[in-house]
Amino acid sequence: MQLAHYLGLLHRAQVNLADAFRQVAEAHAEEPDIEHLCQQQAKRCDGYAEQLRPFAVRYSEDAPDEPDRLHSQLFTGTRTGGIGLLRDLQDLYLMAAECDITWTVVGQAAHGARDEDLLAVVRRCEGETAIQLKWLRTRMKAAAPQALVVAG
Amino acid sequence: MVDRIADPWGERTPYGPGQEWPVRVDRYLADGRTDADVDRWVQSASVLHSNGDALDIGVADGRIVGVRGRAVDRINRGRVDPKDLYGWQANHSPDRLTRPLVREGDRLVETDWDTAMGRIVARSKELLDGPGGWGHFGFYTSGQLFLEEYYTLAMIGKAGLGTPHMDGNTRLCTATAAAAMKASFGTDGQPGSYTDVDHCDAIALWGHNVAETQTVLWMRMLDRRRGPNPPAMLAVDPRATPVAREADLHLAVRNGTNIALMNGLLREIIRRGWYDHDYVDAHTLGFDELCRIVDAYPPQRVADICEVPAVDVERAAELLGTSQRLLSTVLQGFYQSNQATAAACAVNNLHLIRGMIGRPGAGIYQMNGQPTAQNNRETGADGDLPGLRNWDNERHVEELARLWNVNVDIIPHWAPPTHAMQIFRYAEQGSIKLLWISATNPAVSLPELRRIRQILARPELFVVVQDLFLTETAELADVVLPAATWGEKTGTFTSVDRTVHISDKAVDPPGEARPDLDIFLDYARRMDFRDRDGQPLIDWSGPEEVFEAWKECSRGRPCDYTGITYEKLRGGSGIQWPCTDEHPDGTERLYTDGHFHTEPDYCETYGHDLATGAEFTEPEYRAKEPNGRAFLKSVDYQPSPEVPDDGHPLLLTTGRTVYQFHTRTKTGRAPQLNQAAPDVWVELNPADAARFGIVEGDLVGVSSARGAIQARARLCGIRPGVVFLPFHYGYFDQDPADRTGRAANELTITAWDPVSKQPLFKVAAVAVAKLADGRGVPSPAPTVGGSAPPADADVPPTVGGPAAEATSEKE
Repeated sequence: MQLAHYLGLLHRAQVNLADAFRQVAEAHAEEPDIEHLCQQQAKRCDGYAEQLRPFAVRYSEDAPDEPDRLHSQLFTGTRTGGIGLLRDLQDLYLMAAECDITWTVVGQAAHGARDEDLLAVVRRCEGETAIQLKWLRTRMKAAAPQALVVAG
Repeated sequence: MVDRIADPWGERTPYGPGQEWPVRVDRYLADGRTDADVDRWVQSASVLHSNGDALDIGVADGRIVGVRGRAVDRINRGRVDPKDLYGWQANHSPDRLTRPLVREGDRLVETDWDTAMGRIVARSKELLDGPGGWGHFGFYTSGQLFLEEYYTLAMIGKAGLGTPHMDGNTRLCTATAAAAMKASFGTDGQPGSYTDVDHCDAIALWGHNVAETQTVLWMRMLDRRRGPNPPAMLAVDPRATPVAREADLHLAVRNGTNIALMNGLLREIIRRGWYDHDYVDAHTLGFDELCRIVDAYPPQRVADICEVPAVDVERAAELLGTSQRLLSTVLQGFYQSNQATAAACAVNNLHLIRGMIGRPGAGIYQMNGQPTAQNNRETGADGDLPGLRNWDNERHVEELARLWNVNVDIIPHWAPPTHAMQIFRYAEQGSIKLLWISATNPAVSLPELRRIRQILARPELFVVVQDLFLTETAELADVVLPAATWGEKTGTFTSVDRTVHISDKAVDPPGEARPDLDIFLDYARRMDFRDRDGQPLIDWSGPEEVFEAWKECSRGRPCDYTGITYEKLRGGSGIQWPCTDEHPDGTERLYTDGHFHTEPDYCETYGHDLATGAEFTEPEYRAKEPNGRAFLKSVDYQPSPEVPDDGHPLLLTTGRTVYQFHTRTKTGRAPQLNQAAPDVWVELNPADAARFGIVEGDLVGVSSARGAIQARARLCGIRPGVVFLPFHYGYFDQDPADRTGRAANELTITAWDPVSKQPLFKVAAVAVAKLADGRGVPSPAPTVGGSAPPADADVPPTVGGPAAEATSEKE
């Protein structure tokens, strides 16, 4: 059963997203809402990763070797300024989107595995990941005209 | 004779449930004058707090000589707040601005209007020229102008320049009220009426020291409390305010934990079956999700988070849950604190699940802090669209475009209007290059003042300030425009309970000072804004014309003014909107049939996630099929962005005294008021004070990560671990060469609620240290109000003496 690999993929994606949220929070501390909400979302991502861990352990016992090119790198550090903030939020958006679709895939697998416990975790976390995406979209929409059209 | 400094609330006129509140006419005429010395009385209402008390201005020899309450008015029935009794004297202050000022190097020099306006218009045209020119303009206005002035400003910004960067200091005082009502009920607009005090059997005050912020509303509550069958009272406040002392139950929660308390109270009420099952089913959405969230807040957990006894949480739930006609009022203790919108929504939830809305006595006041804040929200000179329209609803924006005869694309609606803190951030980063500040004083009232002063002083930022005095903000301006004030101009404004009043011009403004409306109209003319047919966009010449135009803008919206005229407002009581042909006398309560403003085509917002502020889309909103049902929304408790640590072990909360308003621009210039509360103080719990070796009157340094101030200590009933500073005190009356930090906002944090964007003034971590011995001289804190010392303290009482003698006549 390959599910362990997708659980691992999702776990690492959540850990990476938590780390990226923290880096963006620190890099843009002069935007207090970004700083506060990114720190808050980082903690949430920690929580999702924590909830996944026991399933990853359980399913890894009968997993074959990890396939090639399972993981990808979406974040390579923060930027500065108005357009930099926009790009950093866009990176977070893509990372959260990766988590979002991976939750969907893991949820489908949980159905197939008849794993009610895993399904419960998926239901909880995928809803909150959708809110993360929504918040990032909201914030980027508000920031874009000033950053791209007005600022020199 | 009554000294309304010593006794701000005056004599009681007790009454029972369902009875009419008795009349009591208060008046104060200066210099021993009597009614016989008054040439004429001119109708007006209060602009020194948000209650909307109706009063007449007494005029003799072309000057204001005093005020009296209007017995005929539904709001105050003749009573007058002490700030209004004495505050008008500031109009005559010798340091009123009488000529425009322009910056020449490091000095502001007097000039004429043509020169001052010419500079503003030249800079405006230069900035507007080119793509994205709109984005260089920011407007930061007030909660103290008139409806007509806000509406004109909204049109200048939204249809003339096309900028979304408009907000008011209403962001600091009522943004959460508006956000919570939009979130729960679909649009802004207060459900209740002040007459709910006459009918209720329980009053809950959520972070609302009404005794000092709206004294006349408090008189009404006290009169019920002293009459037969008085209402029970619950107060939630970290301070021992007059409200807390009067209440049957006082929950002195730790600042920043309101949502945990509210979730716990809702849980108890639901589990003990004190909710209205039928009302919930018929008129609300989201009950199951609400139950899921609040279920995690049993009394003991609430007690641990909020640091109040668990048994008091249960008692509070019983008081709320067993009342038959519950009245709630909410203000800054919720609005300026952590998780503000969620906590204010939780009060709405309480009323919704108990079916306590839309009938006599069952009311909610999501209060305003300032007298005309409501109008700023209605007309859209702040972060709203005119007529409580939804910026995300293309049809609503098209309506405005038709009304104004402009292309829909000029009206910015790609995102919500920019909130105040973001406007200052854009100014800090340099993309906003012209900031026009009217009738407010951000150099004292915004958080983290060192940063605000730096922004205003940036050479690249062209700052226009329109005010009565050379405020701390005006000192940093490039152009200062002298404005006329209350009593010197005509206009209308609206109270918390939707009561519209007219305020007529009583006297001429001093020197060359002009009404704010005239200044905005002059700017519009000079900028030559045009509509789609090439005609002048704004061609009004006076306030009544603007009011008539505004009525069309309000037509069919919740704040429908179409049935109101200036004529109708003169002579009698104020009138509550909506006032239409069908309801020519106005509307006392909203949602009497349990039908809310949540239809997708009508609502003011498609909603937010309360934890992050993430916006929901129109399709998502429609899918919920609200169909006139109200939303029950809540979130889990999250600690504040800043919590105490070893270096800053105490929590700072800021607030108000009954004697001062805002940054003292007026009340600091009224002798009776200023002598009652002449200087800043810091409130400490005696146990905390003992820990730091501080006694009454000692000079104390209060510092946060952002700044430091000095204040004399008042030991009083504030809860342990929390210190309080009044936010009124800035620097205008200090020696410019020797300004010692005393503004509370030197210390506060730059942070805001994710939905309402209201700054968090109630949750800064601070350290205190004794700087000097008080040598037995008490602090300048009043002995009246939240700063009252313990009964055995040796502190002389606050009195006004002969200069404060006013009269009160009962019927």
